[in-house]
Amino acid sequence: MVPLSWYLIVAAALFSIGVFGVLSRRNGVAVLMGIELMLNAVNINLVAFWRYNTTIASVTEPVPSELNGVVFAAFMFVVAAAEVAVGLAIIITVYRNWRSVIPEEADTLRG
Amino acid sequence: MIQFDFSTIAFFVFAVLTLGGALGVVTNRNLFRGTIWLMVSLFGVAGFYVLLSAPFLAAVQVLVYIGAIAILFTFAVMLTRSLTRLNVRYTRLWPSALGAVLLFAMLVIGVIWPVFGGNEMYSLPLSDVVRTTSDLGVALVSGEGYVLPFEVASLLLTGAMIGAIVIARDADEEELEQ
Repeated sequence: MVPLSWYLIVAAALFSIGVFGVLSRRNGVAVLMGIELMLNAVNINLVAFWRYNTTIASVTEPVPSELNGVVFAAFMFVVAAAEVAVGLAIIITVYRNWRSVIPEEADTLRG
Repeated sequence: MIQFDFSTIAFFVFAVLTLGGALGVVTNRNLFRGTIWLMVSLFGVAGFYVLLSAPFLAAVQVLVYIGAIAILFTFAVMLTRSLTRLNVRYTRLWPSALGAVLLFAMLVIGVIWPVFGGNEMYSLPLSDVVRTTSDLGVALVSGEGYVLPFEVASLLLTGAMIGAIVIARDADEEELEQ
């Protein structure tokens, strides 16, 4: 097995690439892809910390807290799926009304 | 030091898949190819879950991320026809790149290396065995486990599904007549 820090470094690199995508891309769909990369980096960290830090008290009697990393990551899947569904729906509606997928051009609510 | 056994080689393969796919996502001009790279990157993450002995998460990653979310992205790219309309790929290219590199350097030099790098406690997992998928299923629905977050998550999914339908649908013909 590789040390925990290697997983953390890969996750940090993935998160940084996602941050770059979110900050730099003009297309709203590409911005959402960057957010997906960041969510995946967080998930890698959650599962890696769980794997390296969990101790099993008794083999025969499972305790729910021995699974908290996996459960947390599973809820991250739910949140990511909801976020993508609503985000892409908003992008498609903005495109239909403004003929644009660039987030800066949807500025009706700007004061 | 680290011996190069099978799991180490697999780690490097999945790291290359994940990071290479992610770089393809953020650099590709054609967004349709970007979604394909996104699938490659998500597949690498699924491999990490297998290496971290969470096979259920790996299966869900392939099903939900590659099977559903990436297809959703493909649909959005096709519906918005962004391939032909956008000639400029980036705004603020160099400040963003500099910020991302600085963030990575700060995370590695400031947090990961001093806290977890030389620490022998984190070089190997604390226990060789972890809970299995059936234990996860019991924990998700047991009273002292995670049944309340489970129910809240299902409510969130329902709300998001209805919200996405309401936001994205066209105006009905009856509404147009009024």
